[in-house]
Amino acid sequence: MSTPAPLALTGAGLAYGERSVWSGLDLTVGVGEFLTVLGPNGSGKTSLLRAILGLQPLTAGRLEILGRPARRGSKAVGYIPQQRLIDPATPVRARDLVRMGIDGDRWGPGARSHRARVDELLAAVGATPYADVPLGLLSGGEQQRVRIAQALGTSPALLLCDEPLLSLDLRHQHEVTALIHQTREATGTAIVFVTHEINPVLPWTDRVLYLAPAGHAIGAPDGVLTSANLTELYGTPVEVLRSQGRVLIVGGDEHTHHVDEAHE
Amino acid sequence: MIAQLAASTVATSTLTASGDDWWNRMFNFDDYGELLSLVHNSIIAGAVLGLVGGLIGVFVMQRDLAFAVHGISELSFAGAAAALLFGIDVVLGSVLGSVLAALLIGVLGTRARDRNSIIGVLMPFGLGLGVLFLSLYPGRAANKFGLLTGQIVAVDDARLGVLIAISAVVIAGLLVIWRPLTFASVDPDVAAARGVPTRALSFVFMLLLGLAVAMAVQVVGALLVLSLLITPAAAATQISASRLMVPLLSVVFAVTSAVGGILLALGGNVPISPYVTTISFVIYVVCRLVGRRRSKRGWTRRATPAAA
Repeated sequence: MSTPAPLALTGAGLAYGERSVWSGLDLTVGVGEFLTVLGPNGSGKTSLLRAILGLQPLTAGRLEILGRPARRGSKAVGYIPQQRLIDPATPVRARDLVRMGIDGDRWGPGARSHRARVDELLAAVGATPYADVPLGLLSGGEQQRVRIAQALGTSPALLLCDEPLLSLDLRHQHEVTALIHQTREATGTAIVFVTHEINPVLPWTDRVLYLAPAGHAIGAPDGVLTSANLTELYGTPVEVLRSQGRVLIVGGDEHTHHVDEAHE
Repeated sequence: MIAQLAASTVATSTLTASGDDWWNRMFNFDDYGELLSLVHNSIIAGAVLGLVGGLIGVFVMQRDLAFAVHGISELSFAGAAAALLFGIDVVLGSVLGSVLAALLIGVLGTRARDRNSIIGVLMPFGLGLGVLFLSLYPGRAANKFGLLTGQIVAVDDARLGVLIAISAVVIAGLLVIWRPLTFASVDPDVAAARGVPTRALSFVFMLLLGLAVAMAVQVVGALLVLSLLITPAAAATQISASRLMVPLLSVVFAVTSAVGGILLALGGNVPISPYVTTISFVIYVVCRLVGRRRSKRGWTRRATPAAA
């Protein structure tokens, strides 16, 4: 048998009481694959992430990471959250955040500083120049670089990106997505990238998982993102336009595909 | 004429006397050595309290719980006042009050906004209860005042033992949860994703905080607990962001304030808390000035202009 996939879902379903969020999800994400998860708010993107992290049990089917059921705190999964405001007075430097990614979940004060490993991770994302700067004083793009280094602390087989581009400007969006792409090339980690905006990740995306009110679709971006496909998924007329290598989705959920839309 | 002059001389001398009196009440170091041996236990209690306050203060800052500390200390005061009235051990009453408050705040106030309103509701209730119990208490007024503003009571060996035991529990607890608590405090989303039990940790931390506050109430009084649980840590974060230096400095500042305050208060006839609060405030101001100079000269210390 070949090595188990970083992520495999078989007939996976999730329901809250009567309401089914998604069901019949069959999906295998291979080594080094870049999967982009799209869908309007409330379509279960966050629930999917929580299920992969082992924080949300499925109501049907199986979810396996490297051939084993998902479990809380697995070292095989790295997690990159949204950029959020950090109080400049918080006494945490970039290197401290990265170190937490290595052993922050362990008990005790922690005698080892893991300095060499932290330096190596910071260098890999180009964050060495600001390794000792308090986190609150870094720009959004710098913070997300440090977050990538943090998520790579356990050398995960799967990297979950939870809307990491929100509140970044276009240049930083591009830098961060390019860095995530480089990371998978260098380490072979698979990427599951949850976003409401396809365009920044379109150049790197191998496959798209589109979660929608009336079902889901999986496949290459060109195959999934078609007017006919999305009209069926939404149950209302949706038009997909392509212009200068960018994708524009009109209709369906009007608020979800705007470029700089704030989330939550 | 002579009578007038005499009268004015008397008036002047009275004035001088009252000035001296005021000074003497604050600083009087006659028989200092003798006094020192009497409050030997108090000084140990102050040092232990500084250690606990300095350490836990780092997390109080990280978790933005300054207001919670104040709320807990008022309920701790109510517990101590009730204990005084009903004739049970004051430390026990104080611990019960503050642990109850800490757990209530921890359970009901998981979100910052909820938390602040819950504290705002609990705090005046606790203070009101405390005032009620104290008014009913027939004993000496000095005991009552001491609960609010601190006092150097002769800490007997038994009470010192209790204080040290509680402190040992708090410090040991903090050391065990140190890393995951730091993770959960500064980076809750990723900590939860990595499987850190953030809710359970928050609960345990509130319990430890309740114990620490109850201790602090014994020495500096309920109104001024913040001076040992917040100010030293806030001062430390002004001049360092190192995960080692911040707790270390915070402890040094807190011990200096507590022990220094007791040593100064010894010579005077006023409560201990003004000395403690003043020392910790001065330390904070100095750190703030130093921190400002550092950030002006580039505290960010970037090796090269940032690429991003």
